[in-house]
This record gives sequence, structure tokens and C-alpha cells, in this order.
Amino acid sequence: MGELTETPGRADDAEVPRPVESVRLESVTKRFDTVIAVDSVGLSIGEGEFFSLLGPSGCGKTTTLRMIAGLEFPTEGSIRIHGEEMGLRPPNKRPVNTVFQNYALFPHMSVAQNVSFGLEMRKVAKAERTQRVAQAIALVQLTGMENRKPAALSGGQQQRVALARALVNRPRVLLLDEPLGALDLKLRQEMQSELKALQQQVGLTFVYVTHDQEEALTMSDRIGVMNQGHLLQVGPPEEIYEQPLTRFVADFIGRTNLLDATVESAEIVCLANGDRLPAASGLPAGAKVSVSLRPERLAVRPRDSVSPDMLALEGEVDRVTYMGNAVVYGVKVGWMTIEVRQENEPGTVRHEVGDEVSVTWVPEAMSLVVA
Amino acid sequence: MSVQSTARPRGGARWLLAGHAWLVYAFFYIPIIVLFVYSFSGSRLVGQWEAPTLEWYREVFENDNIQRSVWVSVRVAFFSTIISTVLGTMSALALERFRWRGRRVFDALLYMPLIIPDVTMAVMMLVFFVQAFDIIDSIFGTQFLLGFNTILLSHIAFNISFVAIVVRARLASSDPTLEEAAADLYASRWQCFRRVTLPQIMPGVLAGALLALTVSLDDVVITSFVTGPGSTTLPVYVFGLIKRGLSPAINAVSVLMLVVSMALIFGSLLLQRVISRESSLD
Ligand SMILES: Nc1ncnc2c1ncn2[C@@H]1O[C@H](COP(=O)(O)OP(=O)(O)OP(=O)(O)O)[C@@H](O)[C@H]1O
Ligand SMILES: [Mg+2]
Repeated sequence: MGELTETPGRADDAEVPRPVESVRLESVTKRFDTVIAVDSVGLSIGEGEFFSLLGPSGCGKTTTLRMIAGLEFPTEGSIRIHGEEMGLRPPNKRPVNTVFQNYALFPHMSVAQNVSFGLEMRKVAKAERTQRVAQAIALVQLTGMENRKPAALSGGQQQRVALARALVNRPRVLLLDEPLGALDLKLRQEMQSELKALQQQVGLTFVYVTHDQEEALTMSDRIGVMNQGHLLQVGPPEEIYEQPLTRFVADFIGRTNLLDATVESAEIVCLANGDRLPAASGLPAGAKVSVSLRPERLAVRPRDSVSPDMLALEGEVDRVTYMGNAVVYGVKVGWMTIEVRQENEPGTVRHEVGDEVSVTWVPEAMSLVVA
Repeated sequence: MSVQSTARPRGGARWLLAGHAWLVYAFFYIPIIVLFVYSFSGSRLVGQWEAPTLEWYREVFENDNIQRSVWVSVRVAFFSTIISTVLGTMSALALERFRWRGRRVFDALLYMPLIIPDVTMAVMMLVFFVQAFDIIDSIFGTQFLLGFNTILLSHIAFNISFVAIVVRARLASSDPTLEEAAADLYASRWQCFRRVTLPQIMPGVLAGALLALTVSLDDVVITSFVTGPGSTTLPVYVFGLIKRGLSPAINAVSVLMLVVSMALIFGSLLLQRVISRESSLD
């Protein structure tokens, strides 16, 4: 289990998985009048990495992205791209391109004109421009639609144009602000895998903003979870899911049961009902923590079948929800109801409301989080 | 987007509505027809019909004063439209796309020329010019007189407001993230404006320019205050003629002005249609 102490505002070098650093934020703070949109965020994103910023609405994801793009300047802190300090450098002089949430396609230009805009601005020769535009349009599978205006395209097609318009410039860092937010579920899933494939194929660094935890988990190399301007935790999807550091992260990613507890010693925490659980926290005795238990890591058994190597809480089945591929139980354990998800495999014993049962888990299944 | 009403007026209501529409049209256009017809009347008395003649049109074209005032009007309208369109568009951009100290005050002040009565504006202008010329005279010893330049300056002053308001409405409905996208794609501020913002607001700029042109060609009150000897615009000259007694030549001048206005309006409609066709479909 990881250390529970936070180190806000510092990019943690130990966590950089790639040798080359692409984007680096140091103690970046952005204030709008009285609102602190981004609060001393430190972050290091490696070259070729698919990095997601995940968090609820209004947590500062877009603001962070806009500061990297140069559309907004930090109130404090520094942003480096490929080691170069960005300072107050305007967006047109930064080696990044953005795919905007609403696509921001130029309505008075055709698909081809939209895509070639960046190249024209950088004075790329006509012949090379035509070729690269055709390539980019082919890459996003829009060949044949070059002369259409954005208004004559579907949402998914517009999204691809926005992507092609950014990719054609061969930026080393691509910033994407909820690029799939406006699409329906099916198209969204299709585009997710296309985007991921494209990112690997071209070898780009992606900084990807989303509030969809599933999207972040399936696509990213690493995820940064934000809330209220703070970057709470950075790590690979498995780590974020399995070892959340804070209550917020545990609760925001996936479903979980959070049991209030107090640290008793280096190895033991004490639950609200007095039960002691073995858990190393690295926190001083008396500290308030929560035990995070994912519903799918728990089991419901008859009380007499609990073996001594399991951790268990006794309770009574309060509700049973049949979900097809699984059964979800709500088990009342005195001070709270614990959610348990049982896969619907052949031969599993079903419990009924009112059954006296035990909720059990193995020690590795739980994680400690701070409030 | 248009909401189509499925309810159609029936019976009596339908005839009443149609009658009302015709009445409104008649009210608008009968005076114009009367004016047009009588501009060809051979009688010296306005409003009396005698054998048709082109005499009054000849008089207009041979009258040096009218010729001169037309020329002043055209030049004032042309230059004030161009200058106020540029300045008005810039003000609209500043107000709509940038945050700066004093923005609110400037915003409120911009509407002043539309709100305050023409006469007040005219007196203000006159007092301003007289005072300014006094000061310039006492410092540099250079003498300026009321005339073409003061007319032009006043027209620019009130036209900026008209242009700014029309352009601003258009800007407010265009998406500012488009400009951010352009900047993100390496466009400089100027390229951003030229390639993205301007095409978006072009219909507004043209509409503003047309409005400025019309207002400038129409203005009597302000121009008559700041005009000097030897330079009068056509409306001010016609107004003067009326005070001295009606002449059928006025009818002819009015018809000519009407024709020019109509040509301008049809021209602008045509232009707008061409532009919107260019920008909507491929
Ligand atoms: N230009 C601005 N002026 C004032 N406050 C702003 C501005 N831009 C953002 N904020 C505030 O900063 C906070 C973070 O906004 P941001 O747009 O970064 O959120 P977000 O995480 O992208 O949310 P969402 O998922 O809804 O897009 C919000 O509280 C927002 O109200
Ligand atoms: Mg956002």
C-alpha cells in the first residue's frame, strides 16, 4: 500500500514512466478574480504518453489544458513544453495543438480549408500542404468530403475534422478537451478505440480531458484525478483504481464502500464498530482514515462458512438487486450498508433479504484512503 | 429556424388583414407616386398638373448649386462611411472581445449619439469646433473654418455608433472559440482577424456600412449646424430651397435621391445574397 501523504505542487519524478519529458507543470495556479480554478498543480507528462485529466465538472480540467495551450496564463507557477519555459508565450507560438470541446471548426471554410489552415499559417509550400491535408483527411477516414462545409457533417465527422486539423500540423503534444463529449454512446466507443489506435500509431503525447472515468480508465497510460482545482492523484489506471489515496478518488473512480476508521497503530486501524483490521497506513495513531472496499472484491457468505484468513463483517441482507450478469447485495452491518457485487456464475448461492450473513474479503482487497 | 403557424385566418378576418396590408402599402407608396408624377408636371406651382415636361430635371442638372451640394454629399458620405466603418468595427471588437479598464464607460458612451436628440448633438459639435479652432488659432496661429471637414468629422462621429452597434450584434453571435482555434493553429492576431473573425462578421460590417451611408446622406440637422459657406450637402440645400419657397425642381431632386437610395438598397441586398451563398454552400 502506498504512502498516504500528498505532495501537492511538485512533479514527482519517480512517477515519470518515460525518459523524455513532454509537458511539465510546476505549482501552477490560476485565479479568476476570487475563484481558484487551478490550485498549485504539479505534473509531468512523458513523451508519447496518453495522459488523462479526470474530474467532475468545474474542477479545473479545461483551465489546465488552456494554460498548456497558451489560451490562458497561470497566475503563478511555470509550464514547460519539451523543457522550454512557456511563460507568456501566445498560443500561436507553442508547439501544441488543441481539439476543442465544441470542435470550433471554421464554419465558412470547407473541410480541406479547415485542415490546411495551420499549414498555411506556418507557410508550408502549396504542394506539401495539399499532400499533407489529403493524408490527414485519409487518416480520419473523411476522404471524399473535402469540399463540404462543417455544417453539412455529422457530429462524429466534425469531430474527425477537428482531429485532422490538429494532427496535420504534426504537433508533438495534442491537447483534447472532452473530444467525445457530444457523441452518443456507440459512436463514442468507436471513436475511443480509433483515437487510442491513432495515438499509438503516430506516437503523440495526448493530454486528454474527460469527466468520464470509464473512458479515462480504458484509454490512458496515466490518469490525473482533479477536484476543486487540486490534482489529487496521478498514476496508471490500475493504481488509481486499486490504490486510491483519498476518499474522493476512491469514490469518483468506480463504485466503492467507504468505512470510517481510526488509525490505532502502524499496522492496525479500528472501524466504527470497534473491529480491528490489519492495515499499514504510515499515519500517526488517532488519524482519521477510510477503508475503501470495492463491491466486486467482497463476498457474501453464510456466517458459518467464514474461514479465519478472511476479514469479515457480520450483517443482514437488506436488499438484493438482480442485474443479469451480477447480483448486487446491500448488506446492513449496523452503522452502514455495504454494497457487494456477486458475479452471476453458475452454482453461486443466492441470498434473500433478511438472511444473516457475513461480508468477507481478503486483506489485499482493501485500501486505506485519507479524507 | 422558423416556427410555422398552422392557423390560417378565415373569412372576414382574412379580408380585414389583406385590406390592412394594402392600406399600409398605400400609405407608404402613394406619396412617392405623387412625387414621381408631379416631378414631370409642367406647372410652376407645386402640386398642379400641366402638360408633362423634363424641364425640372434639366434645371436640376444645370443648377451649379445643386451639382456642388451633390458632390459634397457624395464625398462626405463616402469618406465618413469608410472611416466610421473601420473605427466602428474596431470599437465593436474592443468592446466584445477584450476586457479593459473603462470598457463599461466607453460602452455606455458609444450609444450616446443614438440617444441624444440631433439638435443637441449638432449644438455640441458646433460649440466643440468653434472652441477647438479658437484654441488652435491662439496656439499655432492656424485658422480653420467650418465647412467640408467639419461636416465629415461630425458624420464620422455619429456613424461610428451606428456601425459599432450593428457589428457588435453580429460579433456577439459569433463563437469566440473560433478565434482561439485560429490562434492555436499558429495564426497571428492579424491573421486571426483577417481569416476568421472578419469573414464571420462581414454581413454585419456591410450592414453597418450601408446604415452609415444612408444616415450620412440623410442628415440635415447636424450638417446644417457645422456647415460653412460654400459647402452644403444636398439635403441641407434642398431644405434651404423649401424655406425660400417651393419649386418643382425639388420634386425632381427628391425623385433622383429616391432612385439613388433604391439602387443602394438593391445593390446591398444583391451583395448580401452573393456573400451568403458563397459562405453557406459549397
Ligand atoms: N474565464 C473565467 N472566469 C471566471 N471563472 C472561470 C473562468 N473559466 C473558468 N472559471 C472557473 O474555474 C473553475 C474551473 O473551470 P474549468 O472550465 O476548468 O472546469 P472543467 O473541469 O473544465 O469543467 P467541465 O467538466 O464542466 O468542463 C470553475 O469554477 C469555473 O467557474
Ligand atoms: Mg471543461
